[in-house]
Amino acid sequence: MTEPTDIDNDIGVTSRRGFLRKGGALVGGAVIAGGLAGGEALGADESAHNLPPKVPEWMKTPGDPMGSQLYGTPSPFEKSVIKNIPKDLSQYLSASGRTPLQDLDGIITPNGLFYERHHAGVPTIDPAQHRLMLHGLVDKPLIFAMDDIRRFPSQSQIYFLECSGNPGYKKPYGKTASDLVGLVGCAEWTGVSLKLVLQEAGLQAGAKWVVAEGADAAALTRSIPIEKCLDDAMLVYSQNGERLRPQQGYPLRLLLPGFEGNMSVKWLRRLRVAAEPTYSREETSKYSDLMPDGSAREFTFYMEAKSIITRPSGGQRLSAPGFHEISGIAWSGRGKIRRVDVSVDDGKSWQEAQLQEPVLTRALTRFRLPWHWDGQPAVIQSRAIDETGYVQPTLAELLAVRGENYFYHNNAIWPWRIAAGGEVTNANA
Amino acid sequence: MPTRELHIAAFAVVALACVTPAQAQGPYGIGRSATPAEIAGWNIDIDRYGNNLPPGSGSVSHGREVFDQQCAACHGAKGEGGIGDQLVGGQGTLATPKPVRTVGSYWPYAPTLFDYIRRAMPQNAPQSLSNDDVYAVSGYVLNLNGLLPADATLDARTLGAIKMPNRSMFVDDPRPDVKNPACMTGC
Repeated sequence: MTEPTDIDNDIGVTSRRGFLRKGGALVGGAVIAGGLAGGEALGADESAHNLPPKVPEWMKTPGDPMGSQLYGTPSPFEKSVIKNIPKDLSQYLSASGRTPLQDLDGIITPNGLFYERHHAGVPTIDPAQHRLMLHGLVDKPLIFAMDDIRRFPSQSQIYFLECSGNPGYKKPYGKTASDLVGLVGCAEWTGVSLKLVLQEAGLQAGAKWVVAEGADAAALTRSIPIEKCLDDAMLVYSQNGERLRPQQGYPLRLLLPGFEGNMSVKWLRRLRVAAEPTYSREETSKYSDLMPDGSAREFTFYMEAKSIITRPSGGQRLSAPGFHEISGIAWSGRGKIRRVDVSVDDGKSWQEAQLQEPVLTRALTRFRLPWHWDGQPAVIQSRAIDETGYVQPTLAELLAVRGENYFYHNNAIWPWRIAAGGEVTNANA
Repeated sequence: MPTRELHIAAFAVVALACVTPAQAQGPYGIGRSATPAEIAGWNIDIDRYGNNLPPGSGSVSHGREVFDQQCAACHGAKGEGGIGDQLVGGQGTLATPKPVRTVGSYWPYAPTLFDYIRRAMPQNAPQSLSNDDVYAVSGYVLNLNGLLPADATLDARTLGAIKMPNRSMFVDDPRPDVKNPACMTGC
């Protein structure tokens, strides 16, 4: 298949952190028993003067004064935890960058590391000059300024957001958790229920769809069923407590929990209530799924249940046999995660993992399994089951039904192979 | 007649509301009315039938000039692709191991071409082409795909009338379509 250059899935991206870890292990030559080898080991020898029984140097002099950073940034020792941007794209205006999932804990994605997908770059929008127009099959076509939007009753909800192509179906498959499914993030979103805004204009008979348009240079357009708009759809202006970042649609975006990410239109400027979808280029020629017989599924909104082990995962290394916690994330566009099963014997048997509360609908759920690694080669993997009873499939099961050209909505189980030396790699690669 | 005067007065109020931003009267009283002129300036949506296509027209031959100047650098001299998507060819490949999805082989509706080019192309200056130029270059892309004669001129009526070859191949979402039996032991 001649892949469009404008795709959501970028193959063969190498995690910078993974690279540093390998390099660090070589340079440092030291391992920390029971943990992951890596950056911690780097330079262990030269920093021994900070270790017991010596008093560490940062206790012997005052630290940076208040106000050294007016907007806080991570420790300089975490500078390798960055977005995973492919190095080899022909252009970067319509492209995506991934969340470094393997370097994060919990279920909330930091705003600076939240995955990005743009179709014509990131616009710089003055909120004072931004307007949302609501028209079409409504009693009163309306225009809202940002101050107007913030006057509506507000709500805050934790939801995941995931790109439709995360990842593709064809080899080569990615090396790290981020390479594979890094086009997902989870945040607390604050804004107004779309239902309230639509009711403000008054829906007319025959209103079946809402066509949303962004104020970017792609004027990206997607059609959303009215049922979703009157259910849990939100107009969002804040993410994790602060105003949206430009990359996430500042000053206003749509948020459609559980639906493929591109439908949550960023930089939202217009909502047209209609009887039919608009059949935009994005929803016909792009975000549709090609079947082996040449037919194409359209309006494929839901992101189905998925999970991945993020620790240990591809690019990392188990330093020694012994106790290791297996940890990962699971999510489903159709509701809550009911159960996550983990196998540590290449899929021969499975056991139920612990789910970290809160388990929220259409949000990332953290799972954990205590594990004692015996030092022998192993294959570990996770499988999510959501509240509808749907079970995350294997890649083989997906390919048997959809074929390799399907491209979007790949929610396969991704097994990690652990070598005798502790190196973790993609078992499907 | 009083009734007639009332109608006239009501019409005047409606007319005033159409030209003057006014406070709207929804449940929260938030926002102001959008005027028809404001809506017309922003509503650039073209549906699959070609509704809301603007006046104007453009010939395939003029479209070739526009394409050479505005599109060829990214999409190739004949729409064969480059930094930008391949636009031409691929018909008959969708059910093969190497499908080529282009305007001619994949797109179900021709008016979408006008909609997309006007709103998003050329990538360095979207919404900069005249409507006549968008008609012309849409016609040229269709011509390159064998879907419009070289001497044709495209307008709202003729664009809406074009039947795309892949139109009948789009189906609804049947998912969940893949089953995992969730074996626990002895798998």
